[in-house]
Amino acid sequence: MSFMQVTTDLFTGFYENLIIFFVTLLGAIPLGLLITFGSMSRFRPIQWLTKTFIWVIRGTPLMLQLFVVLYIPGLLFGVPMRSRMTAALVAFIINYSAYFSEIFRGGIESISKGQYEAGQVLGMTKTQVFFKVVLLQVVKRIVPPMGNEIITLVKDTSLARVIAIAELIMAAERYAGKGYIWPLFYTGVFFLVFNGLLTLLFGFIEKKLDFYKG
Amino acid sequence: MPVLEVLNIHKQFGKTEVLKGIDFQMDEGQVVSVIGSSGSGKTTLLRCITGLETADCGKITVGGRTTFDSTDNRKLTKAEKRENQLCTGLVFQSFNLFPQYTVLRNVTLAKELLVKEECKQQKCPRNEMKARISEIEETAKQIIDSVGLSDKLANYPCELSGGQQQRVAIARALMLSPKVLCFDEPTSALDPEITGEVLSVIRKLADEGRTMLIVTHEMGFAHEVSNEVVFMSDGVIAERGTPDEVFDHPKNARLQEFLSATLRA
Repeated sequence: MSFMQVTTDLFTGFYENLIIFFVTLLGAIPLGLLITFGSMSRFRPIQWLTKTFIWVIRGTPLMLQLFVVLYIPGLLFGVPMRSRMTAALVAFIINYSAYFSEIFRGGIESISKGQYEAGQVLGMTKTQVFFKVVLLQVVKRIVPPMGNEIITLVKDTSLARVIAIAELIMAAERYAGKGYIWPLFYTGVFFLVFNGLLTLLFGFIEKKLDFYKG
Repeated sequence: MPVLEVLNIHKQFGKTEVLKGIDFQMDEGQVVSVIGSSGSGKTTLLRCITGLETADCGKITVGGRTTFDSTDNRKLTKAEKRENQLCTGLVFQSFNLFPQYTVLRNVTLAKELLVKEECKQQKCPRNEMKARISEIEETAKQIIDSVGLSDKLANYPCELSGGQQQRVAIARALMLSPKVLCFDEPTSALDPEITGEVLSVIRKLADEGRTMLIVTHEMGFAHEVSNEVVFMSDGVIAERGTPDEVFDHPKNARLQEFLSATLRA
């Protein structure tokens, strides 16, 4: 068993982590935004519904949610999940959209009322105020917490092994089963390097948005 | 005909009645200052006139256009709401500039959005729209020059002093040429030594014949610049008159008390 062999195997596993990572980001950001608007809605039932949703999703382990998404459709509706990957993606997107939505809400609510009022007295419509005045300020404020959450997502992708997705750590565990423990520790390098790149990216974005203060 | 007419405005927040029937009007080119202790309802009155608050009852007319009428239950269209909004302008106590835009962009943004929308509705050709937008920029530069900030066009608000920010805010409000320009304690957030530069801009506007409604704590300035001073107390207009009448010969007991308290301070 060569180092190269192990590295190739681990890369095959890490590919699954990357799929979960990117698809989750792509799905959870728009869904999170939708949930944000729901939780900030002035229509009480919608607000109540989204708040409950966020409570349930944040209040239960992602690991459990993976099982629920994989098994519940088959058990309750007689339509079993065809692909475990689909189940994993659905669970991740739902879970992360809840967390993202709270970050978005925090960002939007941190913008002072004066910004909205200034837009209003200048005759801007609500949509114009949101897109032209508020949005960039929100983006600037949520970059640090989003960076946090996204880095957590990278590591959480490994949870997918509980529904038998052959991701990085599962690939390493196979070697452990054969008596080789070092590939398991080696997986840390994959996470570290990828998160290192993300950290650089977020640093870059923060710097780009640093052209103004406030 | 008065350019601003406020009729029997009432406003309540929860159980607190903040405005208890306000009536007044001002003529074109007039400068009216509103004074009074905090909690007297001055700011709320200004916010009702500028549409940031909806009064519970009463009627407001600006330049012949009824911008608020509590007896009219018809739902306004977006265009009508905007038209009403643009009748008045407001300069805030805390400036509220847009931090991510330069001075020039802060001033042009709203007007540009407005013109772009108009062009879309009238389906005017691209180059005409471009011409109109560059026209806006020229006007904006002139206005910024008139508040003495032509060297700060490309600066961001965070790079300016409070007084400069407030002057940008005044330029931004002027850009939309409101019929009545309102000021909500424009110098209250400034260091005392900077208030002068903002006040002199307002004084200049008064000399140019702008119609302005100014809520202020600067008694000396109110005395000097206004044609009329309104003293508010406990949600009503307790006294109004020329600066000389109000400051030098106050009749109302509350006003006498208020003036002696501010003079002592």
